[in-house]
Amino acid sequence: MSEAMKLKESLIAKRKRTNFVALILSMSAMTIGMVFLLWILSILFIKGFSAIDWSIFANSTPAPDSKGGGLANAIVGSLMMVGSCTFISAPLGVLAGIYLSEYGTRSKVASVTRFVTDIMLSAPSIVIGLFVYSLVVARAQHFSGWSGTIALSLIAIPVVVRTTENMLRLIPGTLREAAYALGASKWRVSLFIILRAAKSGVMTGILLAVARVSGETAPLLFTALNNQFFSTNMNAPLANLPVVIFQFAMSPYDNWVNLAWGGSLLITLTVLGLNIITRILFSDKKEG
Amino acid sequence: MESSLTSEQKKINAAKISKREKIFEFIFFRTSQASSMFVLVVLLGIFLSLLINAWPSFKEFGFGFFFSPEWNITKNKFGGLIGIYGTVISSFIALLIATPLSFGIALFLTEICPMVLRRPLGIAVELLAAIPSIIYGMFGLFVFSPIFADYVEPFLQATLGHIPGVGILFSGGGNGIGVLCAGLILAMMILPFISAVMRDVFLIVPPVLKESAYGIGCTTWEVSRFVVLPYTKNGLIGGIMLGLGRALGETMAVTFVIGNAQRIQPSLFAPGSSIASTLANQFGEASPGLHFSSLFALGLTLFIITLIVLTLAKLMLIRMQKNEGASS
Repeated sequence: MSEAMKLKESLIAKRKRTNFVALILSMSAMTIGMVFLLWILSILFIKGFSAIDWSIFANSTPAPDSKGGGLANAIVGSLMMVGSCTFISAPLGVLAGIYLSEYGTRSKVASVTRFVTDIMLSAPSIVIGLFVYSLVVARAQHFSGWSGTIALSLIAIPVVVRTTENMLRLIPGTLREAAYALGASKWRVSLFIILRAAKSGVMTGILLAVARVSGETAPLLFTALNNQFFSTNMNAPLANLPVVIFQFAMSPYDNWVNLAWGGSLLITLTVLGLNIITRILFSDKKEG
Repeated sequence: MESSLTSEQKKINAAKISKREKIFEFIFFRTSQASSMFVLVVLLGIFLSLLINAWPSFKEFGFGFFFSPEWNITKNKFGGLIGIYGTVISSFIALLIATPLSFGIALFLTEICPMVLRRPLGIAVELLAAIPSIIYGMFGLFVFSPIFADYVEPFLQATLGHIPGVGILFSGGGNGIGVLCAGLILAMMILPFISAVMRDVFLIVPPVLKESAYGIGCTTWEVSRFVVLPYTKNGLIGGIMLGLGRALGETMAVTFVIGNAQRIQPSLFAPGSSIASTLANQFGEASPGLHFSSLFALGLTLFIITLIVLTLAKLMLIRMQKNEGASS
């Protein structure tokens, strides 16, 4: 074998080696990610399921170091806040999304709005809590479920806006043109044709927003606060799962920590369930 | 039916309908426009309300607020340096760990992974991103930090702790709760987030580019390093900075594991505080006055820092998309 051939061989061997090392590293990165996911989920399932029984849905949060008790007040409070947040943020977000996709394609203001919405998607949620505190709670002089709802809505709206806009943009322009050719006005086209065609995509956005806010804790600390007792009064402090989990997990009492695990499992199952539902919804749409 | 209407009547009808449609159109246009403006108004509102509430503190401590490491509730002296330090250091640790891992995951998902597994593994990564941060916090407090204290801290102390200069970062130690632990939990949190952005960015690379590189005999690593990486540089940096934005503002995961001590210590094992954890712990008990106002000042600082980071990230990602348009 000539000298040049040998050199070439060793060069190829070296390149192959580098490639091999890089691929191994990349695979181990993936493995680390998956190990973390499985680790978190398995811990959550083991500790959570042992804490969950029927009484968790029937009783309200107990006193420290006592027997029994559940999370009923927190579950109801969370459902009420997330539910009313959906009713506020879905119409507002969808309307804004329609504007950005149908009316504001070329306007300067719309592109600024788009940019700001993108930034608000990742804005620190605790700051939104501070804002709602100074706007609502400080004025009303008391914490309330409504202020929690407002804080959650402010977090949900950007999510709905961005997904709605992206989904509407996927609808082919020919559909719009066909409707215009029949003499339909722009608002009818946007609302009854484009929005309807993008229905499952828009639903996906709303569900993703719900999933996002149902685990949010930080903004609720300063707005809805917490309530030891069962209450459905949105004008008073309202118990909710995330804040209960936070307070109970940080406490030294075993029964509280145990309930915190149960609550964590409930929240995670809800969030992951919603995420999986959105995927099914959206993949159905792609096939059809 | 048609013939029963005279052309005159038809015209009147058409005019009526067109007038009605115009009114509806106007209403719909304005409401949808107003709702899209809503987000802008909220951003301005947040800024103004934080500024107004933080003003007494800024007036009292001036610009020095950002550089004073004193946070003393009894003496009524407040400075933001402890929180800023904790926030920046924990986020920096998180990025240091999450960036290479995310790159590896994104590379795996786009280049190496068999086609059948791509979708399920991609979804798994996205699910990891969907887990609420409070779960990461609990996991960190109850599961991760004990392991961290028993195995990782002694190991780091025995190895890196002896290097002069760096050693001080790994001195002390104890129960596993501290700045480094917070950084690690943050890294786990932003890992799927950055990976997802990076994967999407990698998918933008035109297949022709990659195929031609493979065609002249490049290995997978060479294609990734010399074709994909340069092509997606701006997008990658954008993705990393989006992750940084998330890490800076993260509250719950950090509050559980950072230790919430109002001091700055050289050791990464020592407990500290981030801006968000200080707010979460103290805001509920703060009495109106300087303490209250200083917490708002911290919030404003956090808001501005994250806004700058996120804006830069978005600009990077937009620039990348523009480049893509120009080159194709």
